[in-house]
Amino acid sequence: MPVTQYMLLSAFLFCTGVYGVLARRNGVLVLMSIELMLNAVNINLVAFSAQLNDAAGQVFALFVIAIAAAEVGVGLAIVLLIYRNRVGVNLDEIDLMKG
Amino acid sequence: MPVILAAETAQNVSFWIIAIVMAAAAIGVVTMKNIVHAALALVVVLAGVAAQYILLQAEFLGIVQVLIYIGAVIVLFLFGIMLTRAPMRRSTEYDNDQRSLAGAVALLIFGVLAYLLVDEFSSDKLVLTQPTATSAIADSIFRSYVVAFEAVSMLLLAALIGAIVLARRD
Repeated sequence: MPVTQYMLLSAFLFCTGVYGVLARRNGVLVLMSIELMLNAVNINLVAFSAQLNDAAGQVFALFVIAIAAAEVGVGLAIVLLIYRNRVGVNLDEIDLMKG
Repeated sequence: MPVILAAETAQNVSFWIIAIVMAAAAIGVVTMKNIVHAALALVVVLAGVAAQYILLQAEFLGIVQVLIYIGAVIVLFLFGIMLTRAPMRRSTEYDNDQRSLAGAVALLIFGVLAYLLVDEFSSDKLVLTQPTATSAIADSIFRSYVVAFEAVSMLLLAALIGAIVLARRD
């Protein structure tokens, strides 16, 4: 089984995530697109771990999963705080720090 | 060795079926007009990733993926959708006006990545022998990466406290 097909799948998921981050304006949807990108990276790590027959790639993938979980928690807390202090969660309307 | 060949064909066929479903669901996540449907499409993508882990014989990671992503992260997302009172019907206000530009950027990145990956790795073969034992992962974490493990636990604690401080009403 060629290892390239896993990388192409991973690249496709990553680019879909990039598109989502650039084209969505709802904060929760942007966080979902970031999850897509993190999962794409994990597929690559596990594919290389299988190819090189080394468990280190899977350990890195576990670390990425843990950090992605923390990122979602903090990110959603920030989105909630913005929702409560402003009216919506549309990212292009959040311009408090614009001079 | 017809048995090994048959197993490889089966793996290849399963890979492409799961990959096509994942790709369609991923496009759904970034284009759907209904935010709850987008979250459910994300479930399909994450389950597909778990299936790919099992195809790659990383069983422990497959289980972790189902538990953490589908079990916890999706529930967090659904709570986030409910608490920000996003409209639960079709809505056109989820996309901004730079969709075509974003599509061009994504296509460009995909083209460059695909060219480089095929150019560099097309001769490498994946020979799957034995499933990775969970004990091998545990050995690797607690021998080689124990400092990183402790750092991640501190980071999780900090993220927990940070999320509580940010989200509570005072």
